[in-house]
Amino acid sequence: MTSRPGTTAGLDITLIRADFPVLDRTVHNGKPLVYLDSGATSQRPVCVIDAEQEFVTDHYAAVGRSSHQLANEASGYYEDAREKIATFVGARRPEEIIFAAGATAALNTVAYAFGNATHSGDESKQFRLGPGDEIVVTEMEHHANLVPWQQLALRTGATLKWFGLGDDFRLDLSNMGEIITPRTKVVAVTGESNVLGTIPPIGEITAAAHKVGALVALDACQSVPHRAVDFADLDVDFAAFSGHKMLGPTGIGVLYGKYELLEVLPPFLTGGSMIEIVHMDHSTFMPPPARFEAGTPPVTQAVGLGAAVDYLTELGMDHVSQHEMELTALALEGLSAIDGVSIFGPNTTEDRGPAVAFVIDGIHPHDVGQLLDDEGVAVRVGHHCAWPLHRRYGVNASSRATFGVYSTADEVAALVDAVISAQKFFAGR
Amino acid sequence: MPMNDLYQEIILDHARTPHHAGLREPFDAETHQVNPTCGDEVTLRLAVTRAADGTLTVHDVSYDAVGCAISQASISIMTDLVIGQSLQRSQTLEEVFESMVKSKGQDPGDEDVLQDAVAFAGVSKYANRVKCALLGWKAFKLAAAQAVANQLQIGENENHE
Repeated sequence: MTSRPGTTAGLDITLIRADFPVLDRTVHNGKPLVYLDSGATSQRPVCVIDAEQEFVTDHYAAVGRSSHQLANEASGYYEDAREKIATFVGARRPEEIIFAAGATAALNTVAYAFGNATHSGDESKQFRLGPGDEIVVTEMEHHANLVPWQQLALRTGATLKWFGLGDDFRLDLSNMGEIITPRTKVVAVTGESNVLGTIPPIGEITAAAHKVGALVALDACQSVPHRAVDFADLDVDFAAFSGHKMLGPTGIGVLYGKYELLEVLPPFLTGGSMIEIVHMDHSTFMPPPARFEAGTPPVTQAVGLGAAVDYLTELGMDHVSQHEMELTALALEGLSAIDGVSIFGPNTTEDRGPAVAFVIDGIHPHDVGQLLDDEGVAVRVGHHCAWPLHRRYGVNASSRATFGVYSTADEVAALVDAVISAQKFFAGR
Repeated sequence: MPMNDLYQEIILDHARTPHHAGLREPFDAETHQVNPTCGDEVTLRLAVTRAADGTLTVHDVSYDAVGCAISQASISIMTDLVIGQSLQRSQTLEEVFESMVKSKGQDPGDEDVLQDAVAFAGVSKYANRVKCALLGWKAFKLAAAQAVANQLQIGENENHE
């Protein structure tokens, strides 16, 4: 790649790339790294790395306890991060933002809370589940938003139902009235398929769920990093997303919940920091967010995530989204123009995010990934933690390119070239 | 490492035209192995014969597998290698093969022992691909253990008669 990435969507991508030192490195004997795996985990800008370093170097202490100055400073940094994130995702108040170990932990916090409601007081009876109640998911969920609900159904005797997928790679909502019924207690759905890129109509699903008194849990892992999101406006009851997919650190995710629900939702993890009064035989719990933050929280990671939010806010999520979708359009066009390559997902950018999965006739995705890697092109191969989705379409695995704000049109071109080379490699020998 | 070394001609040949593919009867043991990170799968059947002295020999290995070129070729080459061998010898081959592909590039493999399977020595430099090369061998290892257990059972029953 010799040309400058230049300016797109009002962003100077050359300047942005300078913030991500890893993008400058080479792989396999000097080939430029073409990192197209941001959907699995994104790279971190220097400001995020520096924010963590500075916090640990100068302000680190246990938060929410101790009266010394360092503890006060650390608590301030932690709560500042919470406020920034609350604003970023449209929470009505910072207490609606709960820090978790990751999005998986956040989703499990909700699923286990529903299970714990069986033995909790009447204030949480709306979360109780048993035989006759129904939990609704979709066939395109990441395992993190499927398995916790599936296991909850098995533990409580509730029935698991799901929206299937159509041949158009979108949710089949034609039987909405049969799937979401007065028996439905909770609907768990993704904001964007991490494989197909499909964005389901969350507003429509949420309205149908609320009409029957069901709650909605949104897997926002592929939403928050790629476009402006307003949870209050979406009216979802719970949402989860990870730090490391939005230029932030690993080891941190966020659970969002409407405050009035979090207030009465039973805690999942119990122990230090989340209690109000402890006796030998019983305890009472703090209000949110502390209610769901047992133990010493990932303070350093929260500070890093706050810095990532600052960075994204400065770029502007509308610009980020526009840039990533321009690349998505290029990738859809470039890949589908190759004989023997099919897009595993919608062919246009309509109601779609920047995840472009594809299948090459006669070449297993593992081999595709290996040959692309040899050209310096890093993509994800496998079932991408969405096994039922792949099974639905009769494939065991797919290859997937995903874009971040630092991705470029030249990198999309490198992907297309590498796919053609891979085809030649397997055909020509 | 050049891709031509990882994907040697013999590997691509076996991937395109796998030997001993398909599930056959009769069989003495059947196992199913999955690679949970990529969804690759194999169902493998092992048929053994038992000599008068009790020695077990691999009579047939049949399989139904989906996966990448490395995993498919590895299963195919494995069947060439173990069919006709004593079960004990084939279990030793499994150990030698596993040790080679887990060697992180340190063990080039002994061609006198592993024959065509030394083509997979290059896989050992790619941590993510080791499980591909081992998928079929793991299924075989479990099937061999099952066959031994079954034959011991038969042997005991015969002794009681």
